Amino acid sequence: MDDLYREVIIERHKNPHHRGTLEPYDYSFEDENPFCGDHIRVDVRTDESGMITEAVFSGHGCAISTASADLLIESIIGHSVEEVKKMTKDDVLELLGIELGPVRLKCALLPLKVLKAGVYGLDQASDRLVEGDE
Amino acid sequence: MDQSASKPDIRKIKADFPTLNRKVRSSFDLIYLDSAATSQKPEMVLEAMDRYYRLSNANIHRGIHTLAEEATAQYEDARQRIAKFINARRSREVIFTRNTTESINLVVNSWGRSRLQAGDLVVLTEMEHHSNLVPWQLLASQLGIRLEFVPVDLTGTLDLEVYQGLLEQGPKMVAFMHMSNVLGTINPAKEMISAAHRAGALVLLDGAQSVPHLPVDVQDLDVDFLAFSGHKMCGPTGIGVLYGKETVLESMPPFLGGGDMIKKVFLRSFTPNDLPHKFEAGTPAIAEVIGLGAAVDYLDAIGMEQIALHEHEIMRYGLDELAKVPGLKVYGTDTLQRGAVFSFTMENVHPHDVAQVLDDLGIAVRAGHHCAMPLHEKYGLPATTRASFYLYNTLDEVDRLVEGLSRVNQLFR
Repeated sequence: MDDLYREVIIERHKNPHHRGTLEPYDYSFEDENPFCGDHIRVDVRTDESGMITEAVFSGHGCAISTASADLLIESIIGHSVEEVKKMTKDDVLELLGIELGPVRLKCALLPLKVLKAGVYGLDQASDRLVEGDE
Repeated sequence: MDQSASKPDIRKIKADFPTLNRKVRSSFDLIYLDSAATSQKPEMVLEAMDRYYRLSNANIHRGIHTLAEEATAQYEDARQRIAKFINARRSREVIFTRNTTESINLVVNSWGRSRLQAGDLVVLTEMEHHSNLVPWQLLASQLGIRLEFVPVDLTGTLDLEVYQGLLEQGPKMVAFMHMSNVLGTINPAKEMISAAHRAGALVLLDGAQSVPHLPVDVQDLDVDFLAFSGHKMCGPTGIGVLYGKETVLESMPPFLGGGDMIKKVFLRSFTPNDLPHKFEAGTPAIAEVIGLGAAVDYLDAIGMEQIALHEHEIMRYGLDELAKVPGLKVYGTDTLQRGAVFSFTMENVHPHDVAQVLDDLGIAVRAGHHCAMPLHEKYGLPATTRASFYLYNTLDEVDRLVEGLSRVNQLFR
């Protein structure tokens, strides 16, 4: 339990640093976790070179999914969209610094799925987007 | 192939199966020769299912509690091992169904109903099990699609020239069995699949008899769909698999509707979930999936190559020995492309009587048309007796069968 709710996760959930919406945006996408109803939206602005200058998330979810969203957003600001496209499950787990079972993994991965569906311009956020090599 | 290196010890294998160590008809060791109908189950499979119910029983995918986490992990882990067993690229290409029949019905109703229209051609064969005939007949009567059949000759071999001719008519789908449950014929699947692809058709392979007995590699075969059942491969009943190529499955509408297969639901609409959940509506057979995972581990530990070699040896020996029984005729091919399944008739003895006499000696066989009435009709037979062997059967059991058949002859001839 202590591991799952590390201080940083509780803290980011209570007081996220990157919550909000952007208007206009270069990329925006929202989707939910069908198993629990968590809903996450991510808005991103980039400069001409494709570097992410601003990014925020909104929506509602559990501590794991919101902390994951907040840490994810923080990690991509200043990086390129191309780098985001390469991110996988492992990057998210590293950000969170915890081990997760299959059910909570879905919570943790929702923000990255949404973000990647957005930058790829897809109409759906599928599990496939965040898998490494199976 | 080095056969001596890791040739399985059949006595040890047999000891793993509780049913195979019981007596029947008061004093006889059971000789189980009905594995084409359903296989027996090793201790390992029974234990895996028992352990799940005793320790981790919970519904999957949603619960946050320990049991739900364990159940979900075991269920999805089994899917990965089953995917690896048939060499699927991704575990999401493995859809859990009830059995081969339901897997075929899924393809017919989801793919068939959305892709086919009146006049479209589907090619089947004359040797099909009812499970790969009736679903297509139902669709034909509803949509007006056309069904054509590759003939089977008296040696149990498909006529590939007629097949080629049918392919030239531009079928949308070719669906056929990999190995015959009656004749034991192992059809040249790879060759037939690539020919179908050249003609622009998709292929559904009925692997009910091949996946338990032969190494089956979906990437090597390049097959679009593969259907098989858990209970014929040392797993429990109530669990089957539909393998489908990801791109094909993605393009198909859901089959059954309900919980788990949705992403969002509104009063008048829904969006479907990702693969594989899109095709798994409702609470699945969790214990059975875990049991099938254990069955695959069991078969893997022995090795499918080794199992196929062992059954090949039984097939060669069985054909030789059965040929010595007066009045007995075995149907099907005696080429190398055959599994250890023998359907036969005996002069002046009805198949049910053959089975009854054998049962009195502790030998379990099956009598009837084995869910392949059109095939029996073709051969002009109302029924046959079938002895089907698996990894736990021995050459001695072939001798016991032959002795039993001599007893049949004593009684009836």
